[in-house]
Amino acid sequence: MIRLLAGAIGLGVLAGSALAADPVEIGIGYLHRGGVKPTLSLVEQPAENDGLAGARLAIEDNNTTGKFLNQHFTLEELRLKDGDDAAKAAVALADRNAGFIIVDLPADALLKAADAVRDRGTVLFNAGSIDDRLREEDCRANVIHAAPTRSMLADGLAQYLVWKQWKRWLLVVGSHEEDRLFAEALRRAASRFGAKIVQERVFEDTGGARRTDSGVTLIQRQMPVFTQQAPTYDVLVAADESEVFAAYLPYRTWDPRPVAGSAGLVPKSWDAAQDQWGAVQMQNRFLKLNSRHMTALDMQAWTAARMIGEAASRTNSANPKSLLDFLKGPDFSVAAFKGQRLTLRDWNLQLRQPILLADGRMVVSVSPQEGFLHQVSELDTLGVDRPETKCRLH
Amino acid sequence: MWHRCLLAGTAVWLAAATPAGAVMAYVSNEKSNTVSVIDTDTWAVTKTIKVGQRPRGIEFTRDGKFVMVAVGDDDTIQVIDAATQQVVDTLPSGPDPELFVQDAAGKVLYVANENDNTVTVIDLEKRVRVGDVQVGVEPEGMAISPDGKILINTSETTNMAHFIDTATRQIVGNVLVDSRPRFAEFKRDGSELWVSSEIGGTVSIIDPAKHEVTGKITFSIPGLRREAVQPVGIGMTKDGKTAFIALGPANRIAIVDAASHQVTKYLLVGQRVWHMAFTPDEKYLLVTNGVSNDVSIIDVVAQKVIKTIQVGELPWGITIAQP
Repeated sequence: MIRLLAGAIGLGVLAGSALAADPVEIGIGYLHRGGVKPTLSLVEQPAENDGLAGARLAIEDNNTTGKFLNQHFTLEELRLKDGDDAAKAAVALADRNAGFIIVDLPADALLKAADAVRDRGTVLFNAGSIDDRLREEDCRANVIHAAPTRSMLADGLAQYLVWKQWKRWLLVVGSHEEDRLFAEALRRAASRFGAKIVQERVFEDTGGARRTDSGVTLIQRQMPVFTQQAPTYDVLVAADESEVFAAYLPYRTWDPRPVAGSAGLVPKSWDAAQDQWGAVQMQNRFLKLNSRHMTALDMQAWTAARMIGEAASRTNSANPKSLLDFLKGPDFSVAAFKGQRLTLRDWNLQLRQPILLADGRMVVSVSPQEGFLHQVSELDTLGVDRPETKCRLH
Repeated sequence: MWHRCLLAGTAVWLAAATPAGAVMAYVSNEKSNTVSVIDTDTWAVTKTIKVGQRPRGIEFTRDGKFVMVAVGDDDTIQVIDAATQQVVDTLPSGPDPELFVQDAAGKVLYVANENDNTVTVIDLEKRVRVGDVQVGVEPEGMAISPDGKILINTSETTNMAHFIDTATRQIVGNVLVDSRPRFAEFKRDGSELWVSSEIGGTVSIIDPAKHEVTGKITFSIPGLRREAVQPVGIGMTKDGKTAFIALGPANRIAIVDAASHQVTKYLLVGQRVWHMAFTPDEKYLLVTNGVSNDVSIIDVVAQKVIKTIQVGELPWGITIAQP
């Protein structure tokens, strides 16, 4: 019914003299940090506009649609330097008429930003952080999550490994906090879906450069030794979000075993190799605009900006409150080249989404896997489900 | 083994020569870059034609002499001579053509170009591009009103049906529909336009005069999750009474009473059913099953699937010459 109405209103705008009027302006902020973290693989080094480029493409897409509805979208970027306060930055963006802010910041900074603009009705879209706590004990009623959670990623991977009958895992965990969080999500996934962690090892980060002239000589001696004398296992699962060791493991394990997790078969929201469900059109559009491939962060930011565009076109409004109500309601869904509609979990505002499993060249599979059933949506077999949630939205 | 049987069968058919007047169905196989030709008297694949990369949209010309097939990854539309069953020409379609529609006289072809948000207009006699219309993001579905005055294009990411005046080539209306509109079809009397939304899971009924959504067909299949219902191709009988809607990965064709817009029956077909075509006598409806690599034959009166024919990999579009 709402959609019917929106359709009729949209048409009214076009057919009437309103077309001559100024378009309705919808301002979106983009808040992120400068500097990129070094990756082990040179080809995976993110571009400076990683994420932002996806949001820019969505603004173009929204404006192509907007010209038929007399709506105009703008994107204002704000890049934090070291020591800059995320709360002040969010307020500054809200002052400049951004009713919506796409955020790519670590969890604590994101929470500061969200709380600083909560009373003004500004809605934040988390495009970058995969921390489960932002959707659980630290959830906020004005933060929508376009990025998947760590637990969704771990569950997507685990379902495939179990489907493949690779149920005995050797888990190798890095020594940083986010590595431990990923390991925790992997342990949870193993117990949910029937895999067994036969042993855990910790790979200590002792410092050192990621680029060296004689790198591989040393690495190919170290990695076999590190993985020696493991109990019988099917697959090595690495938790190394800090980019310290995981990419060194494939082809170098003592036993000839596949690697998954932070290297080898990697769970992610998007991959430059994704070509199913019309995705080639998206990849082509992105490549044309940015002269580079589209990353998971680009896709998460694109999806966030498209969600705003979708809500604006369906409600024929620019009001953040109306758009937020629509996004939370039963009529919202967005198409994002993943073979099915994406909707929001109303209990914590997390976007449901399939998880791609990619090996760096190809998309190997897409989870949820066949046979993992759910009474509401099979996408809810990925991540923390309603009965387990710690989120209380106010 | 199966392949050999098929090949041997083909050879026999060729030797016997195709009987004059036999009605042939042409099926585009998206993955194998071929077009399968099915004899609708014997339900046998009589020929497999090599075409360009990623063939999808496929239509007979109005005179029934040629088959046009959009080969998206080669950025063109190839023309197959139905007499010799060989590719004889190409059309200047613009980048990544997927679906297209021709006017009643068969003189003008309108092509949806997914990659640059345009509909390309082609003069079919001269085989030259004569114009473009800017539409929404990812143009896909194409239809033309029975009186020839209005061209419909659906855009998948903009989620609209654009109404284009064929005389002025200007957009005269835009109607929002549910997510990822893929296919558009007019009732023969021009009273309704139907648009399928693949991700939204609905078919919108639009009043073409008022440019308004007047109703929606929804689908509920017991035991099947809502996300699996992804309507794509639509076929309607000439009397305007019955419609058939392909539901993609729901692996079913919905039969719909076109007057009441109620689903009366679901027919189980192959996996990821895409598009369809009637035989000229409307006794049979042929539907392409993308993932199971076959075509299901539906007896239209009995409303039953009577046969399945193996074709190439990932069959997508289908066309049958209409006299």
